[in-house]
Amino acid sequence: MLAINNIEVVYDRVILVLKGVSIAVSQGAITTLLGANGAGKTTTLKAISGVLRSERGEVTKGTIQLGEQRIDGMRAHEVTRLGLVQVFEGRRVFENLTTEENLVAGGHVQPQSAAVKQGIELVYSYFPRLRERRGQVSGYLSGGEQQMLAIGRALMSQPKVILLDEPSLGLAPLLVEEIFGIVDRLVKQEKLSVLLVEQNATMALAVADHGYVMENGRIVLEGPAAKLRDNSDIKEFYLGLNEGGGRKSYRDTKHYKRRKRWLS
Amino acid sequence: MSEELEFLLSLVLSGASIGLMYSLIALGFVLVYKATDAINFAQGEFVMLAGLIVVVALSFESMPLIVAIAIVVAAMIGFGFGLERVVLRPLLGRPVVAVIMATIGLAAIIRGLGPVIFGKEVRALSLPIGDEPITLGPASLPPIQVLGAVVAVVFFIAFSWFFKKSRMGVAMRAVADNQQVAQAMGINVERYFALAWAMAGIVSALGGVVWGAMLGVDVQLSLVGLKVFPVVILGGLDSIGGALVGGLIVGIVESLAAGYLDPYVGGGTKDFAPYVLMILMLMVRPYGIFGRRQIERV
Repeated sequence: MLAINNIEVVYDRVILVLKGVSIAVSQGAITTLLGANGAGKTTTLKAISGVLRSERGEVTKGTIQLGEQRIDGMRAHEVTRLGLVQVFEGRRVFENLTTEENLVAGGHVQPQSAAVKQGIELVYSYFPRLRERRGQVSGYLSGGEQQMLAIGRALMSQPKVILLDEPSLGLAPLLVEEIFGIVDRLVKQEKLSVLLVEQNATMALAVADHGYVMENGRIVLEGPAAKLRDNSDIKEFYLGLNEGGGRKSYRDTKHYKRRKRWLS
Repeated sequence: MSEELEFLLSLVLSGASIGLMYSLIALGFVLVYKATDAINFAQGEFVMLAGLIVVVALSFESMPLIVAIAIVVAAMIGFGFGLERVVLRPLLGRPVVAVIMATIGLAAIIRGLGPVIFGKEVRALSLPIGDEPITLGPASLPPIQVLGAVVAVVFFIAFSWFFKKSRMGVAMRAVADNQQVAQAMGINVERYFALAWAMAGIVSALGGVVWGAMLGVDVQLSLVGLKVFPVVILGGLDSIGGALVGGLIVGIVESLAAGYLDPYVGGGTKDFAPYVLMILMLMVRPYGIFGRRQIERV
């Protein structure tokens, strides 16, 4: 559905952030992209959705394909029109607009206003809490509600692919579970493809079908989610599970660099 | 009704009608600020330019007024679009000061070039509404003031509807709220910027017609733009309703100052009274009566 082939991203014409990243997102599935802070996960998403340009970044090498179409170099609003939408990290709702106005703005690419109305109903059916808050200024919604609104707003453009950037950020564990449950349902019922960026690796690997691990602007590990869950390095460094239960020393961390080579 | 009260009422009414005319000009400013975050120091010059265009259009014989107005509206829409494309788009993402300086420069250019092209003398712009004052309770107002107030109110209703109910208006507010996210929602941000400038053009076109008819058209006409600042600071830089209320306040304060203070100090208070109010306002409520307060989540 979405194929990223060996892209490089450069900020301000000098800073090389992504050094040849390739990711494939298959249809009707959740693909997750894990990694520590600063690994380049968000940059990858921004490169795909085209908003990179407004931050003085550009894709200098490689291609990004949505279905049959090349989308690298396209402007953000054109990419959205083709059916790919990004949900930003930190929710980023239009704070001065009401819940429903946020949804209307999200449905901007729909030519018919009837389609916008239908879309709003669909979003309310997945997120009933938003219906209760429809007239409220969205800046005053709770964090969980804002995250629901951000996802719902993205649905309004009837996307084929959604890029989800850290939906769990700053939310209570129970809410995180609720939101991931809804995302899972959306993928199954609406035939969505999702590229999920997460710090919460346990949660991400629980819902995802396929996963990538990113470090320092490169993909260092890839595989089906089930396999990644069993990977001893992932267990150690991303899931916080101790193999054998012993305390790790700094040498073990150094170890990782060596191990990773024969893992991939 | 006592004479005192009648005097007060007539001052308030005439102030209110002038105030609505200020609001009309401030509206152009607010539309641009709301959508693009640009502070337009050339708003008064837009009005002057529109006035000049209408006067020139009317100087052709047998030009019906309605056609002249259509011409000036079209011209100002084109001017708004062109300005965004040529001057402001290259400044996107630059510091706010760059845009401010650009509009100040633009103001000087229009003020300088207008008379060069259209001539220096004051030209009368007469609308077929007569000179017979219209009596409204204790006040009798020149018909042009009443017309200006009506035009302002019509615009306010239209734009309020546009921003609240139409999908385009909501998208425009989304752009104002967060450009990057708006882009990701499929909104062509630059097109909405251009639209905002074009809308400011429409408002200025009508502003030029009513203000030109009231004051006559020459470079001095651009000075009405100075009144924009107290109006928008009082009402809130990005609020349509605020422009309306701010205009009313400025108009009424001016009128009261002229009526009650001028006899004691020998005149001139009406020119600075609104600014005193503006500075007081900045101290207590810097975002204005209806301005957007930053929503902060704690």
